[in-house]
Amino acid sequence: MNAATTLSQSERQVGFGLAIALAVLGLVMAAGAKQGAMAVHGAMAMMLGMYLVFYIGGSFYQPEPNADRVNQYYDAPTRFGVTMTLIWAMIGMTAGVWVAALMYWPEATPAVPWTSYGRLRPVHTTGVIFGFGGNALIATSFYVLQRTSRARLADSISPWFILIGFNLFCAWAVTGYVMGSTQSKEYAEAEWYADLWLVVVWVTYFALYIRTLARRHEPHIYVANWYYMAFILVVAMLHIVNNLALPVSFGAAKSFTIWAGVQDAMIQWWYGHNAVAFFLTAGFLGMLYYFLPVRSGRPIWSYRLSIISFWGIVFFYIWVGSHHLHYTALPYWTQTLGMTFSVMLLVPSWASAGNAIATLNGAWHKVRDDATLRFMFVAAVFYGLSTFEGSFLAIRPVNSLSHYTDWTVGHVHSGTLGWVAMIIFGAIYTLVPQISGREEMAWPHAIEWHFWLAVGGTLIYVIALWNAGITQGLMWRAYDDHGALSYSFMESVQAMAPYYLLRTIGGAMFLIGAVICALNCRATYRLAPMSTEVSDRPLNPQPAE
Amino acid sequence: MLRLHYNLEKLSMGMVAAIIVAASIGGIVEIAPLFKIDETVTIPDDMRPHTPLELAGREIYIREGCYACHSQMVRSLADELDRYGPYSLAAESAYDHPMLWGSKRTGPDLARLGEKYSDAWHSAHLINPRDVVPASIMPSYPWLEQSLDTRLLSAQLGTLARLGVPYSSEMVEAAVADAQAQSRPDSDGVDAVLERYGEDVAVRAFDGDPSRLTEMDALVAYLQSLGTLTNAAYEILAEGETE
Ligand code: HEC
Ligand code: HEM
Ligand code: HEM
Repeated sequence: MNAATTLSQSERQVGFGLAIALAVLGLVMAAGAKQGAMAVHGAMAMMLGMYLVFYIGGSFYQPEPNADRVNQYYDAPTRFGVTMTLIWAMIGMTAGVWVAALMYWPEATPAVPWTSYGRLRPVHTTGVIFGFGGNALIATSFYVLQRTSRARLADSISPWFILIGFNLFCAWAVTGYVMGSTQSKEYAEAEWYADLWLVVVWVTYFALYIRTLARRHEPHIYVANWYYMAFILVVAMLHIVNNLALPVSFGAAKSFTIWAGVQDAMIQWWYGHNAVAFFLTAGFLGMLYYFLPVRSGRPIWSYRLSIISFWGIVFFYIWVGSHHLHYTALPYWTQTLGMTFSVMLLVPSWASAGNAIATLNGAWHKVRDDATLRFMFVAAVFYGLSTFEGSFLAIRPVNSLSHYTDWTVGHVHSGTLGWVAMIIFGAIYTLVPQISGREEMAWPHAIEWHFWLAVGGTLIYVIALWNAGITQGLMWRAYDDHGALSYSFMESVQAMAPYYLLRTIGGAMFLIGAVICALNCRATYRLAPMSTEVSDRPLNPQPAE
Repeated sequence: MLRLHYNLEKLSMGMVAAIIVAASIGGIVEIAPLFKIDETVTIPDDMRPHTPLELAGREIYIREGCYACHSQMVRSLADELDRYGPYSLAAESAYDHPMLWGSKRTGPDLARLGEKYSDAWHSAHLINPRDVVPASIMPSYPWLEQSLDTRLLSAQLGTLARLGVPYSSEMVEAAVADAQAQSRPDSDGVDAVLERYGEDVAVRAFDGDPSRLTEMDALVAYLQSLGTLTNAAYEILAEGETE
């Protein structure tokens, strides 16, 4: 189905105009740069623009959508967003398994620049965080925003602009890395023009969110939306400050960040940890606060607790970035503040996790029987675990052992696989049948398979790396009786081999699960909608604008 | 507080404002003072910026993602001092846009690497680490033998100068020539390089071949410069030990 047929004739014209503008922008970029990553990126934008010109143009002679559409939720963008989520899941996790394999077997793939470890690793992190996580956040936020406001999205063009624009950013970023174009700031590696482009996309996203909220038919803004809003706002703030840079030339994909040395380190980790907080946590808590109650059929256990934990998270998180810089050249008091707030952060974090788990009280039989709900339950548990671990790692003496080791990577993946990915899968399995007009997924049993692969993969991954990290940390600081270091660095590298192998296996299991999910969603999309109405929250009809 | 929130959550712009305020305080308190500290943290007298060749090497280090496996920040912990050398000072990365402190040590810290190995060791190691360290899991970089692209070099120095790195306009203009000369010990430009960047700058055919300027020249020059831009870290440690 051509998605442009969900647009009215005049909207199609606007879309057509935007597509032409994108093609022109791409042309200007390519012509201005002439060579290198920026020229390739210009060509990519131009091709995407031209593709969209034909795509939208092809819909011009198709009938306009039913005039009644204003009385329905607009789910076509969500559908596209879910597709992109799954595509990026496969790209990003394949890159993850690949780099994992390279750490065990460095000559697994030929030594060519494009697939060298250092270039693929950011493809993995950007692919999973922004591609997989970001698309999931945007797609579900549209879905949740409309249901909880009982209003249709404020317009039909900007959701497409946001999704397509965001995916262009992700594609620019990862193709840039393989070509060797990177700012090297962790989780903000994309070059200056991609960063600028993301700002435009993000402002549109914020505007759409606020405009749709303004049309809501509920006096209150539902909890999930607070979190999505915090996600949108704070990510904008972080992104802009951390990426302030001076391009070497407007025709080249090379810039220097305006920050240097210790300030750069502090700003980088203020950004880095709050990318964890507001990208990988706040937005996903929004997802949790909507899909968990819906799927379990139980209201959120405590409204008060959700208020306290919301403001606690928004206020405390911003302080903790300096726990990435213990014992470094960063001033001591800043490290101490970071440590203190990290420990305090455990309170709102566990309040959220506890609130989610208490919500399931009375629905435990559903958790047992329904793999989708079980995904969300496991997500809440891992959220609790990884925040506990995080607060622990932030304590200075603990960090002296864990920092620079695989323990950090284990912590990261207990958060990202156990919490972020699980809640995404739970949300996808809830909303995909809904927007396809079905009661359930095409292959309900495959969800069960996916669940066990995901849980098994996560446990193998995380337990292996805990062992790896602690072993590494202890070996580095071990002294023999004569007061000399007991182990050479190479001995610690060799000790990691079995854990790296296990991690690769666990990661591969997780990836297989994600592929099953993608196929299952595709199969569900392809089924005809059921003739009977699938229950959904009624939209409040809007007077025409 | 709950009452306040109850009313606030009816106003979308009210929530927006409250979120922005709540999420700004921590950052402002922690980050703003660092800019004042910067004025008081003195840059050591003997501190020099990277030469153009080293800077080009740094860009290759970034391009290849070496920072994903190597840190450049020795923490003030006994075992790190014993393993790597003096702990890193803030001043040492004061000219680094961006800093490359790193967060993961799949390989060892490199902050004190300069002059630890010979140039030939580095070239061989980068082309295939397993030739020199059989059990290494570091990737091979055979393509570093391609010639170095110096087209943007001068503009890069110029941009950094605008950001406050002490490159004079003369250094910016001579960037490409200086890069060439630093890898050709017999050439005429050598004196100019030493004059501009100091007598301690290493002038050698880093990849073993003075006739070509390669990426290997640049990267090895950079690696050999790590920890040698100032002696301050060694001096501070020595003072601490005599006390
Ligand atoms: C997959 C992770 C990884 C990447 C990426 C990586 N290295 Fe390494 N590196 C290692 C490991 C492991 C060792 C220790 C074994 C050895 O000496 O080969 C090491 C050792 C080194 C050493 C020797 C340090 C010493 O004190 O003995 C240098 C120098 C070095 N790497 C430079 C680089 C450079 C330059 C790059 C980027 C072009 C790079 N590495 C990329 C993992 C990596
Ligand atoms: C298929 C499963 C996965 C595998 C095999 C995998 C593998 C890896 C590997 C090998 C690294 C590099 C570790 C190192 O430097 O030592 C890494 C880093 C990282 N991965 Fe994954 N990953 C997977 C899934 C995910 C997912 C789903 C996310 C996020 C949603 C994620 C987020 C990250 C992040 C943030 C880092 C950087 C960690 C750091 O710098 O400390 N990964 N991953
Ligand atoms: C209370 C909550 C949390 C605290 C206090 C916390 C604390 C920490 C600490 C201390 C580190 C190690 C820093 C270092 O030594 O380099 C770290 C790393 C990290 N954490 Fe957490 N964590 C928390 C929750 C989470 C969650 C839920 C996720 C993921 C969804 C997550 C993702 C990460 C990532 C990606 C890194 C690696 C950064 C890097 O080095 O590249 N954290 N965290």
